[in-house]
Amino acid sequence: MQQASTQSALIKRKTSAIYRVLGDRIFLAVVLLLALSLIALTLGLGYFLYLGGSQTINKEGFFGFLTGTTWDPALRLEFGIWPYVVGTLITSLAALVLSVPVALAAAIFTAEYAPRWLAGIINYLVDLMAAVPSVVYGIWGIFVLAPFLREAFYLPVFLWASENAPWLVRYLGNPAGYGLFTGIVVLSSMIIPFTAALSRDAISLVPVAQREGAYALGATRWEVMQMVILPYARGGIFAGAMLALGRALGETMAIAMVIGNGNILPYTLFGPASTMPAVIALELKEAVEDLHYSAIIGVGFFLFLIAFIVNATASYLLNKLKVSEQRF
Amino acid sequence: MSEFTPAANPQTGHTEIITPDPNAKTRIEARRVTVWYGQKAGVRDVDMPIYANKVTALIGPSGCGKTTFLRALNRMHDLTPHARVTGEVLLDGVNVYDPGVDPVEVRRKIGMVFQKPNPFPTLSIYGNVVAGLRLVGIRKKSLLDEAVERALTQAALWDEVKDRLHAPSMSLSGGQQQRLCIARALAVEPEVLLMDEPTSALDPISTQSIEDLLTELKKHVTIVIVTHNMQQAGRVSDYTGFFLNGDLVEFGPTNPLFTTPKDKRTEAYITGRFG
Repeated sequence: MQQASTQSALIKRKTSAIYRVLGDRIFLAVVLLLALSLIALTLGLGYFLYLGGSQTINKEGFFGFLTGTTWDPALRLEFGIWPYVVGTLITSLAALVLSVPVALAAAIFTAEYAPRWLAGIINYLVDLMAAVPSVVYGIWGIFVLAPFLREAFYLPVFLWASENAPWLVRYLGNPAGYGLFTGIVVLSSMIIPFTAALSRDAISLVPVAQREGAYALGATRWEVMQMVILPYARGGIFAGAMLALGRALGETMAIAMVIGNGNILPYTLFGPASTMPAVIALELKEAVEDLHYSAIIGVGFFLFLIAFIVNATASYLLNKLKVSEQRF
Repeated sequence: MSEFTPAANPQTGHTEIITPDPNAKTRIEARRVTVWYGQKAGVRDVDMPIYANKVTALIGPSGCGKTTFLRALNRMHDLTPHARVTGEVLLDGVNVYDPGVDPVEVRRKIGMVFQKPNPFPTLSIYGNVVAGLRLVGIRKKSLLDEAVERALTQAALWDEVKDRLHAPSMSLSGGQQQRLCIARALAVEPEVLLMDEPTSALDPISTQSIEDLLTELKKHVTIVIVTHNMQQAGRVSDYTGFFLNGDLVEFGPTNPLFTTPKDKRTEAYITGRFG
């Protein structure tokens, strides 16, 4: 009897009816709205960038604007963004190539070899590197790295080349210190932490069972690394490299401070170059002509497009590389 | 893990009852093997022979130290920080813990199969089987092909996968994955195969196929199998060691140990009074 009455009391207990009936729907509606707003935001961003840049893009033609090599906002009002596109791609990809081995080495060392206290210090410093504002890297580039590279590397190479291989000089460019290569070095040191942090996590997440499986076959430490750990972690390592590439493509301040900002195709190693974010940041305030203004927004549109393509490719490849222990 | 300090347990030294077999050839001999985790011992002072071309089962309740002892045999504890092994493990008369012995060599001679199937997911079926051979520098395709067929046949997997050797290893079922791991361990032709509860993650049919396999395999290789399933130990093993709280309580031929155990604790465990 006692039990029966308790049960009926539980069943009859009043609940806040509106919450019970509408709660799920309201929650779903809110979540859906917020999720859809992200799509709207992205599409809207691309659309309005195109709209803003359309005046110049229409004048030069879509591909004319993209592949034109003259950027002359002062006299002829001709706008081709190819030098900036090439500058952006070269600096970002070269920075990626320079940074990935360092980042991967740091990740392997801290995740597998270093004693815990040392790994802690290195990991902390790597995370700190990601938190340093890019303008600080820019200052370091201007006052420390560029003069150092000029004295230690550019000048000796330039002087050697002018005596022994004069044909090389035109590809070396002005060894002033502020140019393409300095930009690449600054950029690569900025993006190391992204690859390093994600690779480190991916390596530590490789299951113990996988490592032991390899050790039990008579693998040495290095063999376990290359046979099991790196293949298993490749998805995370790739994701880290792509995050770093995305960061490099969009980096503005530090690169604008050290790259020399030449508006020609960067065919010299030491000479000035420029990138798409740098030209936007530097010229936006000086633009007086409508056409110039529109051209700068057009650069933004194409930068958006490049980022979109890079990200789409990366997530496609990431899906291919992902290692799953589930059956498929 | 069983965790106790020597002070907490007054039973030290050789408390176990060992029934040796004078007719069998000893492949491994454990002498006073103790595995330390920091200040605590996982197994203590274990003496045990492991006979060639026989199946030796290690049984006991969870945390009794059977897996800990198994991993001491191929120096897997080297990989665990703060773990330390004292005593001797003689493989054909050579102490594997001798400073002059390379643990990599030990693990090539003493293979291991784990509780959960752990094929390398980035490698194909073929790639998994030859992984150990590639480590020792065998590159010739005809040799590798031959080894793959032999190992997969020994592991009773050949017929099921011979038409898709280059398919991803993760496309196999759990039981097939475990047999693939057995093939991977057999491919390097080890002298001893250690199996750590190899069927605990598998369904009854896969379990049956692996148990059937052991009888065939022991012709080529000495097998030590850890199991928490007493029926399994009874079905597959020739010798059994019973562990409790880090001690080897009793060791001997499987049948007498199960029917007329000498130690009260063994009897209590086997008749199901605990564990």
